[in-house]
This record gives sequence, structure tokens and C-alpha cells, in this order.
Amino acid sequence: MNGEDLLAKVRAVGGDLVVESGIEHDHPVVVIERDGALGFFRSLRQDSELDFDMLTDVTAVDYLGRTPRFDVVYQFTSLPKNHRLRVKIRVPEDDVRVHTLCGIWKSANWLEREAWDMLGVHFDGHPDLRRILLYEEFVGHPLRKDYPVDKRQPLTEERDPIVQDWKF
Amino acid sequence: MAAEPAVERDPTEEVMEIQMGPSHPATHGTIKFNLKLDGEEVLACDTEVGYLHRGFEKMIEQGTWTQAIPYTDRLNYVSPLINNVGFILAVERLCEIEAPPRCQHIRVIMSEISRITDHLTCLGMAASEIGAMTVGFLMNEAREFLWDIVEAVTGARVTVSYTRIGGVTRDLPPDFDARLAEAFKHLDALIADCDKLVTRNRIFLDRMEGIGLISAEEAVSYGLTGPLLRASGVDYDVRKAYPYSGYENFDFEVPLGDKGDNYDRFLVRFNELEQSLRIIDQAMKTMPDGPVRIDDARYVLPAKHEVYNSIEGLMNHFKLVMEGAKVPAGEVYQAVEGANGEVGFFVVSDGSGRPYRCRVRPPCFLGMAALEEMVRGHMVADIIPTFGMINMIGGECDR
Repeated sequence: MNGEDLLAKVRAVGGDLVVESGIEHDHPVVVIERDGALGFFRSLRQDSELDFDMLTDVTAVDYLGRTPRFDVVYQFTSLPKNHRLRVKIRVPEDDVRVHTLCGIWKSANWLEREAWDMLGVHFDGHPDLRRILLYEEFVGHPLRKDYPVDKRQPLTEERDPIVQDWKF
Repeated sequence: MAAEPAVERDPTEEVMEIQMGPSHPATHGTIKFNLKLDGEEVLACDTEVGYLHRGFEKMIEQGTWTQAIPYTDRLNYVSPLINNVGFILAVERLCEIEAPPRCQHIRVIMSEISRITDHLTCLGMAASEIGAMTVGFLMNEAREFLWDIVEAVTGARVTVSYTRIGGVTRDLPPDFDARLAEAFKHLDALIADCDKLVTRNRIFLDRMEGIGLISAEEAVSYGLTGPLLRASGVDYDVRKAYPYSGYENFDFEVPLGDKGDNYDRFLVRFNELEQSLRIIDQAMKTMPDGPVRIDDARYVLPAKHEVYNSIEGLMNHFKLVMEGAKVPAGEVYQAVEGANGEVGFFVVSDGSGRPYRCRVRPPCFLGMAALEEMVRGHMVADIIPTFGMINMIGGECDR
């Protein structure tokens, strides 16, 4: 399936959810609405022609000054069909949340934790939304554009590793 | 739990909680496993990564596109050239330029040399961690011959920063053929020795076979790529599926496993060594002549005699160094087949001469996410070879 056919199929599956679609540098990209996106993602996985069995990456881009401010970016790969798709959801500054995809792809777990840690995107329904690369006491989300690169973090209390540094 | 005096508890009747790491002598790389154990059996494993987080993605946003290249060396520092190539391919796709044929061949050769050094590190370390010290030393020795070549080509062993937008920093040295032939002679002998020492060794098999199993379906769902995915029998290699730098012109096979255990991962990596040597051989035989950089004043620094002798050259040099190459606005996801799997660069440019956002998709980060699935139900000691076969490289996993 070439890029245009893929996009036509994705638009047919997504219906009104798809607000923009196009091919950027040979890569099919769609922008979808946030409400109802979970069903759209589920059909990306289940549709036999699309068959996106791998969620390759989840991240976000902070367009400070734009409304809505954030793009949550998903990269999908279909190993049997050998095609890729990028899906973006625009989310506003005062409500940076999307639904988790942990129930569909297992790779979503850690990738979403990283997007939360680095950019403060909240994933509703995530089973374990903790920071992953930084420590729990870290203040702010460093990859946001309004986080100064030379910002210092407050000193944290020393933790007793036997009783506190621990979570199951 | 802490309030209770330890002597009154019967340790055989309760689930034991152990923190393994962050600086454990048997794990290469700083990582912590919070384990729940029933005796020696792993019930749960909460993996903590991030000890080597240096803010790679934030730092890249601070400089020009060219200044980002040295940072990419420090992602997977066992195969830095592959990261260089991946990042620069993403930038070149944004600029809609293509490197000259000779440069593409050089990139392929250097990527494959890096793949061999990476696999030798992974296999040697994993073998020595479970007792086969000799293999560790032999593979380190083999790797040394390749790093001498990398040093001769790039000027550095690890921090190579070899690629540039539209090319590479310099051409291959004149005696490259001879050096390569000499290194491969040693390499072949050392790899054959390692093969005899471990691949059919009973002790080694007992530690590796049937350990760290993951099914093909689970592996895809966890987003595993590279040797981890191929050991489970899924035929996915970025070099075949989405070829770049002319990989479609080379004849090589993608080794596959069938069970998805540590032994299959070991064999897949071991067989990839041979395939990489095949690719280098073909690339050397078909190496075209010509420049190693494109001639495009927008992205490539002018030659030194132009900088010193003409006003255009001087201005060009000044603009490119002070303001950086003006990469057109847009966004690109470019993946390359790293030694550990798909290394993806998602770069966003706003056209200002600085990267707006650069996201790296690290293959071993997702491997670490699947570690709990692989070790659950096995013994504590099995974490070591499983972790070794995931080949977590801190710089890439934590960025």
C-alpha cells in the first residue's frame, strides 16, 4: 500500500476524527481529535489492511505560544504490511492529557511514562504513571520550552533505601 | 516491615524484596532492579533506568544542527557511527539533499564496523559475566583491531562525530584496504575461537537456553526490534524494510531465531557478525570514486583555501559556523538499524538554524521495559545473561 492509499484507508477508518492528513517527506501523517481517539487507535491495530502491530514511539512536541500548545506524536509500524504512520493529537496547555494506549500495545507503558516525565503529558488510565528517567522529587518537566536549560533543582531529603525507595 | 525486628521473622516463609544495583558488579551499566523473590525465583522485577540521563534532547535544542552531532556519539557509545548516520540522515531528509555515492558507501562500511564492535562488546561481556572470561578477552581483542580502524578513519575511537550534513568529515585513509584486510584476518581467527569456546559449550548452553523467553507476539507488542525481535523469529530489519544509504544494493541475510530465548539472541548476534563482514566486503569491492561531501553552500563548509582567499568563502564559513545551517521547517522520522535495534530520530525544525525538537527512539529502552516479562519465573542469576543479551547501553537508554 503506498502512502496515499494508506491515508485514504486511515481516513475511512477514522471518519470525522481525522482533522488533517498528508504526506510529509515520504511519511504519512494524520492529525486526529482527542475525544474518541482510543477507538481509532484500536482500529489501527485491528484492521486487517492497516495492521499496525507495533507502537514504535510516543513523544510530544511543545509549541510554546501556539494554541493548542502540545502535539502528542505517535509513530506506528506495521511489520506484516511494511508501512509506517505518524499520528498526532493536539492538546491544549490547560488540559495536557490523552488516553493511554497500554491496553493495546505494551510498549506504550514505558514510552508514555517518559512523555509524562519529560513533557508532562498526562495519560489517563495508565497503570503506573511514574517518572522514569528523572527522580520523583524533580520539579517540572524539562523538555517543555518554558523550562530554562540552566534551572537548578531543590536538594532532596536523603531517602532510607530500605523503607522508602521502593514501589510495587 | 522495618519496625519488626528481623530475628522474629522466618525468611523462608515470606516474599523477599531485594534491590539489585544501581552499581552491581555483574551488570555493566548503572541500573537498578527492585526484585520480589520467592527463594531464588523472581516474582516481580521493577526496573529503574535513568541513572545516565544527561538531558540529550534538551541539549540538542540549544545549539546548531552541526553541534548536535557530537551528542549523538554519546548515545550508544559502543557503535557511535550508527547514531551519527541516523541523525544526519534525518537532517538530510529535512533538507531534501542526498549524500554522494562514495559517502554513502563509507557510511555503510563504518556502520557495519560499528555493528561488529557493538556485537563483540555485547557477546563478550555477556559471556564473561557468566564465567567464560576467555571469550570476553578474545572479543575485546578483536574489537581493538576495529577500533584502530575507526581511529584511523575518524581520528577518535569512540567520540567520532564523523558525519556532516551532506557528507562525512574526511575520506578514508589511503591504506584503508590493507588495514581492513589485516584486521579481518585477526578478527576471523578470534571469532572462530570464540565460536569453539562457547556456542556448543554445555555450561554456556545451560545458562542461556530456555532463559528469558519472549514470544514473537509479545516481542512485537513490547516494541522490541533488532536482535531481540529477530531471536523470536520475526523478520524485521530496518536495513531491509526501509533501506537507507543504499543498503538495498547489498546482498546479506537477516539471521533469525525461533524460540526467543537468550541463546537465540546470542546466535542471532553471532551470525550478524558474519553478515556485516559480507556487507563491508561488497561495499569495498563496489566503492565508487568521487567526493565525500555534496557541493552545496547552504549546508557544507567551504574548503579552507576558499575561506582564506575569497570573500564569499569567508562569509559562508562565518554564517554556517555562527548561525548554523538553515534546515527547512518540517518534521521527519528517520530510523536506522542500530546494533540493538531500530534507532529512530524524530526531528522537528522551525527553519531557524537550531533543532526545535529532536527525539531519539532508543531500542534498548524498550528492551528494558520487556525485561520483567523475560525474567519472571526464572532465578535471580538468570537476570544477568538476560540483561546482557538486551545489551542496555546507558547512554542510549537514558539519553
